[in-house]
Amino acid sequence: MILSIAPSALPIGMRRIEKRFGSVSVLRDLNLDVEAGEFLTLLGPSGSGKTTLLMILAGFVRANAGSIRVGDDEIITTPPHKRNIGMVFQNYALFPHMNVFHNIAFPLKQRGVAAAETAERVEKALDLVKLQGLGERRVDQLSGGQRQRVALARAIVFEPRIVLMDEPLSALDKGLREHMQIELRALHRRLGMTTVYVTHDQREAITMSDRIAVMNGGRIEQLDKPETLYATPRTRFVAGFIGESNFIPVECRNGSVWYEDRRIHTAAPAPASGLHLMVVRPEKLRLLANAEPQSGVNVLDATLSDIIYQGDSFVCYAALRDGRQLTLRDYCRSDVLARMPAPGQPISLGLDAQDTILVAAER
Amino acid sequence: MSAQSVLLNETAGGPGRDLNAQALRADARREQLRLLALLSPSLFLVFAIIIVPIGWLFWLSLFDEAGAFSAANYARFFEQASYIKTFVTTFKVAFIVTGACVLLGYPLAYMLSQLPRRAASICLIFVILPFWTSVLVRTYAWLVILQRKGLINSWLIDLGVISQPLSLANNLSGVVIGMTHILLPFLVLPLYASMKTIDTDCLRAGMNLGAGPVATFRQIFFPLSLPGLASGVVIVFVLCLGFFVTPALMGGGKVIMWAMRMEQTTSLYSNWGAGAALGVVLLVVTLALLGLFQWLLGARATGVWSSR
Repeated sequence: MILSIAPSALPIGMRRIEKRFGSVSVLRDLNLDVEAGEFLTLLGPSGSGKTTLLMILAGFVRANAGSIRVGDDEIITTPPHKRNIGMVFQNYALFPHMNVFHNIAFPLKQRGVAAAETAERVEKALDLVKLQGLGERRVDQLSGGQRQRVALARAIVFEPRIVLMDEPLSALDKGLREHMQIELRALHRRLGMTTVYVTHDQREAITMSDRIAVMNGGRIEQLDKPETLYATPRTRFVAGFIGESNFIPVECRNGSVWYEDRRIHTAAPAPASGLHLMVVRPEKLRLLANAEPQSGVNVLDATLSDIIYQGDSFVCYAALRDGRQLTLRDYCRSDVLARMPAPGQPISLGLDAQDTILVAAER
Repeated sequence: MSAQSVLLNETAGGPGRDLNAQALRADARREQLRLLALLSPSLFLVFAIIIVPIGWLFWLSLFDEAGAFSAANYARFFEQASYIKTFVTTFKVAFIVTGACVLLGYPLAYMLSQLPRRAASICLIFVILPFWTSVLVRTYAWLVILQRKGLINSWLIDLGVISQPLSLANNLSGVVIGMTHILLPFLVLPLYASMKTIDTDCLRAGMNLGAGPVATFRQIFFPLSLPGLASGVVIVFVLCLGFFVTPALMGGGKVIMWAMRMEQTTSLYSNWGAGAALGVVLLVVTLALLGLFQWLLGARATGVWSSR
């Protein structure tokens, strides 16, 4: 059947990709494997090289060095029109002189698909993106969300083995964007094509991806599942880019970790020596009723500076003894609210040893 | 209090009447009058320098040489073969020149649109530079280049390519070469502007979806450049119809175009009525052509044509 789960989803293997624009190095010795049928997101700030990498994959930008294998085929020198890769562009790039039907039929026409089959497949693609009956519409008669869907239908109608998406949801408003994230995810589950998705929105990346490659300065800082990435960031950049973080400098001596005069317990073995940063997620911190030490809990003494009430949750700003600011977030449960201290009062903050993450202090 | 004075009085018009409806209508009328007053200088200008002269031209065309009211000036077009010949020549030249401008201008505009910004602006200067030079000067320059003992003929003979000089000037080909050179920027500039607005991502999308470079050009770039091409073609064609200097100098008296006919009629034969009739016919034909183009483009725009 047409447009069913692609049995032929292919893995992508990128090896030692280099890209320089003049003297500026955009990608440096980049290696990345995308598994067959995987939804992989390239996440990073602007200038991190994520879009350049996508353009190299699509064939619009020529790398200076490297290899890209799709399945067993080397495609680094294959021209874009022979790569058989579907792509959804940031601004959709729909053809303004064609109606919806002809836009979606375009890749089929290039492949010499007969008219009857084309009509059938376009119809199915329209069904899939929930645009039944809009084939005759002009592109400028569509809303942003509908254009997005047409672009998607056009990128998958020819059953490419790989689909690339370049920040496809960035032009949509928040509600529609969240809705489309779920739909894109469901569509990917249904069709199973290998997907490389580019975004700078960490929430979007976490919501949609099987794995996320966090990019910074032309390199991949960490490649992991969203939950691993959030729970155990390996660098300060990753910890800061994904989710909110408080950073507290700690010192490692002889296999134990110290913050000022207090020993810090970690689940993972502590690094031997040197300065490190403790990554503290706001929602992992708890307000403790008393300052009694408990096993497996790190206790930090602080002074409450402010409380921001946010309806379902609240945010506490607290200052450690050295003046360092900490953020704590918790849900508004009645037991927590009942013993909420007032600003200016000393408080004790608890952090479970298994939530205590250390990253190297440099950078 | 100010709130009260703005609301006039709430009971005006009595119960059941819309509050202040009359005052609001009067206010709207006053605003329209003020806007009309602001427009009146330009309306007067349009009337004085467009409507009145054209009306006068039309009026003049209805009197024969003796000053009697008649349609003789128009009847002449159908009676005298030379008028029909002039008409045909004018359109022939306009078609050839427009065609030559398209053939030369499209690749030029395409190249300009693909060049990096800096290089494109430098090349654009070379397109616009001749634009600022007098038509008369450029036409004489072409005469120097194209005449029997001109640059081209002497080079070709020296190189042994030809033994007899080619007749490049003082005939139709001279007129076409000269006019094409002068009118080319009128085609290139709007075409370039419209090519610049074509989204490169659309071309990338075309390639990504399996269209090679030629197919992408044919199916995406070219159709998207057509509105710009159409406006360039209309401008060039209409300018051709009324062109005077170049055909007069480069045609060697063999290529008589409409505007030259007008000049002859008025300055040589002092027949203002006949000259005015020629002017009226040219004006009507030009307007009809513009209307036709508009209609063609309009029909396209409501079809699958429109660009965003």
